[in-house]
Parts: sequence; C-alpha cells; structure tokens
Amino acid sequence: MRTMDADVVVIGGGATGAGVVRDVAMRGFSAVLLDKADLGQGTTGRYHGLLHSGGRYVVSDPESATECAEENEIVTRIHADAVEKTGGLFVVTPDDPMEFSDQWTEGATKSKVPWTEISTAEALRREPRLNPGIKRAFAVHDGTVDGWQMVWGAAHSAEDHGAKVLTYTAVTEIIREGDQVTAVIAHDLKNDEQVTITTRFVINTAGPWAGRIADLVGCHDVEVVPGRGIMIAMNHRLVNTVVNRCIYPADGDILVPVHTVSIIGTTDVKADDPQRLAIPRNEVQQMFDSGEALIPGFREARAVHAWAGARPLFKDKRVAATDTRHMSRGMSILDHGTRDGVQGIVSIIGGKLTTYRLMAKNVVDVMCDQLGESRPCTTADEAVPGSADGHTYVITHRLRENEKARATHLEVKPKATDVAVAAKAGRTPSHAAIDDQIICECELMSRKMLTDLLAEQPDATLDDLRRQLRLGMGPCQGGFCSMRATGVALEDGGIDIERATGLLRLFLKNRWIGLWPILYGEQVRQTALDDWIFQGTFDVEHLPVPESEVEL
Amino acid sequence: MGVIEETFAGHEVARASLDNCVKCTICETVCPVAKANPLFTGPKYNGPQAERFRDGASVDHSLQWCDFCGICTLNCPQGVKIAELNEQAATRMKEQNGFPLRDRIIPETNLEGMFLSPVAPVANWALGLRPLRVVIEKVIKIHRDAPMPTAHTETLAKWLKHRTKTDIKPTKGPVVFFQGCAGGYFETETSKKSIEVLEHLGYEVFVPKQSCCGLAKQSNGLFKGATKDILNLCDNLLKFGNELPVVSSSGSCIGMVKHEAHEVIGVDDPRLANVSVRSRDFCEFLMEEYRAGRLDASEFKEIDLTVPYHQPCQVKSQGMGFPAVQLMELIPGVKVIESNEPCCGIAGTYGLKAERYDTAQKIGKGVFEHMQNYNEGVGVCDTETCRWQIAKSSGVKIVHPVWLLHHALGLSDNLLK
Repeated sequence: MRTMDADVVVIGGGATGAGVVRDVAMRGFSAVLLDKADLGQGTTGRYHGLLHSGGRYVVSDPESATECAEENEIVTRIHADAVEKTGGLFVVTPDDPMEFSDQWTEGATKSKVPWTEISTAEALRREPRLNPGIKRAFAVHDGTVDGWQMVWGAAHSAEDHGAKVLTYTAVTEIIREGDQVTAVIAHDLKNDEQVTITTRFVINTAGPWAGRIADLVGCHDVEVVPGRGIMIAMNHRLVNTVVNRCIYPADGDILVPVHTVSIIGTTDVKADDPQRLAIPRNEVQQMFDSGEALIPGFREARAVHAWAGARPLFKDKRVAATDTRHMSRGMSILDHGTRDGVQGIVSIIGGKLTTYRLMAKNVVDVMCDQLGESRPCTTADEAVPGSADGHTYVITHRLRENEKARATHLEVKPKATDVAVAAKAGRTPSHAAIDDQIICECELMSRKMLTDLLAEQPDATLDDLRRQLRLGMGPCQGGFCSMRATGVALEDGGIDIERATGLLRLFLKNRWIGLWPILYGEQVRQTALDDWIFQGTFDVEHLPVPESEVEL
Repeated sequence: MGVIEETFAGHEVARASLDNCVKCTICETVCPVAKANPLFTGPKYNGPQAERFRDGASVDHSLQWCDFCGICTLNCPQGVKIAELNEQAATRMKEQNGFPLRDRIIPETNLEGMFLSPVAPVANWALGLRPLRVVIEKVIKIHRDAPMPTAHTETLAKWLKHRTKTDIKPTKGPVVFFQGCAGGYFETETSKKSIEVLEHLGYEVFVPKQSCCGLAKQSNGLFKGATKDILNLCDNLLKFGNELPVVSSSGSCIGMVKHEAHEVIGVDDPRLANVSVRSRDFCEFLMEEYRAGRLDASEFKEIDLTVPYHQPCQVKSQGMGFPAVQLMELIPGVKVIESNEPCCGIAGTYGLKAERYDTAQKIGKGVFEHMQNYNEGVGVCDTETCRWQIAKSSGVKIVHPVWLLHHALGLSDNLLK
C-alpha cells in the first residue's frame, strides 16, 4: 500500500481532467490525476479531431460558438505541436437548403466567429474532390487537434508544475469525514497495489463515468447520458481542410483531415454503457452516404478503421433523454456541497474538446471560491512542453525528418571511435545507419520513437504506445508493424516472451473491433493478408497460453 | 493545399490508387534502384506511403534517386500507380527546389540533333575526347564516361528526300511511321531499316514531319514543356487522319504516346486519346499482324544466331509481353535469350548524370553481363539510349530487333551494317 498527499485529486484523465490538473498545478496546488486506464482512452481519444472554429454552433448555440472561436486561438498557441492549422470550409451541398446559409452568416457575425465567403470555384480549387454541385462556401478557422497529443501535453505541463499523473489506477473509494471529503483510495492495476491519497478537494472529471464516481461519495442521481457517436477514418486525406456541411448540426456532416487520414463523423445515439459502445452497420452506411454528399466517390475510397465514442451529457430534464444532440452542450458544474451536502468535491460534465481549457478554468475557479483562495488561472499564458516554439503540426512532419536524415547522411562523418576501430581492423569505417529503422511504415514511426517511449513507460501496452506514436493506425492496421513492435519490446523493452505474446494478441484484438464494421473494398484485401500473416506465419491463435492474459 | 493537385490532373488518379496498397513490399523487392543505392528509400516508401504525408511544400529528397523505370508499377499486384506517384512528387520537389541547368539542356533532343547532324564528324570526334568530356562533367555534370550518341550527316529526313523510291506496290494498308528524335538524327539506320521492312512487307509508309514526344522533358520533371511537345506531336501525326496505325521503332517514345503522357503527366486531351490507342511498338505491330494472318513468316531466311536480348523498362511498362522475342524467333535459326533484368540504368537520361552514373552502372550490371555472356557478336534491345548504355558498358554491339528482320528478309547482306 502506498500513501500520498495532495491538495487536489482529479479523477478522470481525459481532456478535462488533464486540463484541470494542469490548471490547479499552475495555480500552485499539489495535485494528483487518476485514471482507470490510459490518458485520453475514453471520449477524448474517440472523436473526429476537429478543433472548432465555432462555425458549427453559430445558429444552434451561439455562446458555444464564441467560446470555441476564442479557445481555438488559445489551444493553437499553447498546444502548437498537437494542432494543425488546416482551415475549414462550410459548404452548401446540392441536397441542402440555401436559407440556412443566410442564418449561418448572420449567426457567425454575431458570435464573432471569423468567416469569409469564397466562390464555389475557389472552394473547388482548394479541395478538388468536393462535390462540384456545391451552391455556396464559407472559409473559417477550423483546425485539427490530436487529442492524445494535447492531453499528454497538458499532463506533462502539469508534471512540470509538480503534479503527479497516475494511469491505470482505478478509484475504488472516496473517504468522507462527516460531510468533508478527506481521501481517495485507488487501485494501481498494473502493480496490484492500493494507493491512498489524503486530500482536501476532489474534482470529478470522469466524463461518461462521472455518475459512478459521484455515487462513491454518496452523491446520487448524477445522471450522465453517454451519447454514442461513430467515426470512420478513411485511408488518406481526401481533403486537406476541414469540410463542414452548412446545415443545422446533424449526423455525418463533418469531414476532418487529421494526420494522414480523413475522418467522417458522427452519429449521436443514447448508449447504456460507455464501456461497451457498438458500431452499428446502419450507422456505418449512414456515414458513407454523408461522405458521398460532400465528396462524390466517397464510398469507393478505402476506410481503414471505425470507432465509437461517448459524449458525456448531463441529463437536462427539459429534453427527452434519447435526443442527446439537443441536450445542453455547455458544461455542467455540479457543486455537491449545495446539491448533496458533501463538501470538497465538484463534478464537471460535458463540454467540448476545443474548450477543454476554459472548462478546467471554470471548475477550478469554483474550487478556489469554495476554498476561499484567490489564485488566478494562467493556463492560457504558457505553452505546454514541446510547443514553446509555436510551430504548429504539419502533415509532412515525419516525412520531412526522415528525408532530411537521408539527404544529409553523407555529410555526417563516422565517429572517431569507429574510425579507429576500423583502421585497426584494416577496413574503411562504415557510416552510421542511414536513418532510424521504420517500425510502423504506414505512420512512419521509427524504432527509436518506440524504444524511447517504452523506456519512459515500461509497462505500456501496444495500444498505450499507439495513442502516442500512431503505431498501427495506418492502412495495414498493425499487419506489418505489430509483430515488429512486439519484437522490439522483447529485445529492448525488458519484457518476457509471455508478456510479448499477450501484448501482440491484445493489440490485434483491439484493432479488430474497428475493422469488422468496415470490411468492404480494399480493406478486405488488407485484412485478409494480415490474417494470413498472423494465422499462417505466427499461428497467433495457438501460441502458448499464458497464465493470465494481458489486459492492461 | 497541394500545388500538385492544381498542376497535374494525373495526380488525382495516381493518388486514389494508393488505397489499393496492402504493403506487401513486392515493389521494393523488384526495384533496381533500391538494390543499387541505399540512399533511395524505395518505391513503396516514396509512393503510397509518403504520399499520405504530402500536402503543401515538398519535403522530399530521396526521390532524386528514383530513375522512373516503372518496374514497381508493373509488378504491383494491387494496381498502385507507384512510379507515377513518385514521378509526380519528384517533379513537385524539383519545381520547388529548382532544376539544374543540365536537366533543362539534356531533354532538348530535337535541338541537339539539329545542331550536331550538320557537323557530325566533328561532333562525334569531339564527344570522344577525354579532356573535353572532363570539362563537360565539371561544367554541366554529365559524367565523362556516360554513353553519347553518334551523329550522322545524313538525317532520316534527308535520306527520305534523296532515297530511290521503292517499286514495291503496297498490298496492305498504309501506316504512319513515328521515328522519335533519336530515330531521326542518331539512330537513323534503325529507322531506315524499319521503313524498308514495312514497305517490303507491303505496307504503305507515311513519315510525317514530326517533333519530339517530350519524354525526356517528362522524366526530368519539365511537365509543362513535355505536355506542349506531346500535343504538338499528336497534331503532326493527326495530319494523316485519325485511323491509321502509328508504328514506331523508338520503344520508349511510343510508350510516352501510349500511356506515360496521360498517366504520369495527366495530359487529358482528345488528340492524345486518339493517337495513343492506335500507337504500336514496331515488334508489337508486326506480331499483331502475324496473329491476324497478315504476316508471312516463311519469307524469313534462316539466320543461325543466338542473341541476348534486353527488354527496356520503358517497353516493359507498356504491358504487352515480349513481342520482340516472339518476332525474332519467327526467323528460323534465331534463339533469343531474354535478360530477365529490370533496367539497364540509363532510364532515358538518368545514367548520364554525373552524380548518378555509379548507381546507373550498378543497376545495369546484370544487363551488361547478360550481353557479354550470351552474345555471338550482337545483342538486341528496343530503345536508343538503352542501346548506347549497354553497348558502352558491355562492349557488345547492340541493335534494334528490326536489324535481324531486315537481314532475314534479304534487305541487307550484313546483319551488323
């Protein structure tokens, strides 16, 4: 059993939790962030990657639109390495009414979302695959953001300010003395160890799981409705700017270029359990139909992976619980002191990834009020580690690094020690390796990237590494890289054969979840080839069964 | 927003084909450049993989080593336009980073012929001078040992004007003969023999005044100039109507007309569409005629000869099998041994360049050895620059397949002249 002490315990390592722990740490509180899984494994990692300009909400929710416009600028600044300034377009497709576009321009101006109308010819010049029948087009400041990169950036920043981040540590109990929260007890799942953290304040940022956390401290009926949305990643960037349908927010109306793929999303259906989210066939078809409206021939393009995420929406009794899109999008901050008579805990539910920093600020402001402390928020003023130079991400990034290494290879002189060794042996010294071996070819992830992260996180699963390095996220979906990564982990990562087998099997199992729903066209060929490799060459189903299967 | 999308219509097609890639790596195993030079990252890496990372400014460097032989596209079992993607990206890279002066000079094949032919003896003598070649290498980076063509005072056009007209009455339909720049100025013997063979077999041969197909410009990344050239050529060929077969003994130039201009550059013009579908490689044309019962092989007299043959990459990429092998083996006594090698290394103009010469020689090593091992005084290859490269590096005389036919039909006493 371990014991720790912190001013604040933050429960839930999604964007909100990472934002909150960073915020409190920057205000000088000692803090611990807990998550039962990896950072950004829930809602944060399961979205389409859009950094909103606000354009989407100018009619349906003008306040959110204004917040998005402001936060977009801040996030781009403080998380430069996670953000790509792709720009965005709102287009009226031949199927959409023209009237809405007038409401849209009026709303955009009112909510201070920067926009310009461009000719349809100009829109088609910028994005040649767009539906040539579009009737109107507006350019906005949409961008894309890698949710995992952003969350890890915030977490690293928090750590730099003294916070502790504990992943795979599930909260089991919240201790009260009278009406005051005094400690959190959690279970370190990887080391099978109990952790007790004495504290004076808990911030519940568990997203779709927030109700369960509140239950632990006796605050009941915090009903969070998981709004399930599916997304599909297409094999390459069919567009290089975010393309939105200029309609009242609906399903499948956004196509977002993130990293090497373009993501179509999303649906919105009430789910029962955020842990088990289906990817129904009809919704997959619905996404492809929506894609066709934006990009003719969309169905013929290759889909590589599908996934579902759960929006945490705090149930508002005014709307029916099945219509999750029209529930309050804004965040809800629950003060359990006035609501339930429990002091030292607040919950924050809902919100958008784009406004994660603002949400964190607001909830920490509430906490400071309750604690009677006056410490201003500084999260907008300082870039997270890795983003200080202000260079935003560009798609060519990894290719550029590799190409540069090759182009300058011959200019790099062999090491003096190598020259001496070679001279002794009477041969010419060899150059260093031309470049770092590429382990994941689709996503250009090198061996060094993998071994460096493994050294930092030795008990990581391949999925943990994937979220930070994009291992196995390209067209072959791990077909060629997962066994390489497993081999490297065995050679350099200090794991044994049993764990290596377990890691590989777990990774393949998880990849399959996102492959089944989209098995058509080119991805079938890939999946068949991958399956032959794993069944035929590795006989992966009949490897020795370990005593306990790797699950974490 | 990539500039490529605006510049080359062909890029959309090639880019869409990357969806077919299953990462099988077959292209990498057949790539002759990757084997010869480790600085080349290989066709899969540069093609379907790197393409997913491209937008806006070019960050490519290693593509400078690709010789655009097209072996990757030819071998891809999934239909990925790998070589096309690579050539388009390389062009984008050069447009951004600048073209060396040399790469603008070399593709002016027509001008070179026009200037060198009138002073052929002097030009040939000068290009054989070591000190001059060293100077050329230093100044414009054309390797001192790279093969150079032989200029002739009598160009094909002059020969056509002054030759004694054949008295054979045409018994078969007319054809248009496309000679190519090299066929007009340097490889005139091959053009003459081709025309004579066609006429002897009963075809009426029209030789329009013609211009460069733009292939050398295309492979040097000068897509705009190449587009102008290919359409200009189409106009010239269209002067003889829009139905006659276009036959060429310039194996690579006809490939430009058939598919490269459209698939690599993305030229989408009805004139090209019309000319390309009726364009035939010389051997391909005669084998089609043979299969249709219009070519009587019994006329060929026996030649007791084993010839090593190399099918150039640019002929392979036309996807028509080995018509030259089949045609030559219609001659009694002729046994053809194919090189089974991807590329001789010249790849048009690649192997001329000083910094690529060594790589090119390594690429072609198997071809050179093949010619050395199996020749009985002559080897065969379909395209001009490949013949120059192979002859120079192997020391074996290399001729077009038509030379054997010409001899077998009794039109020349000496196979090698």
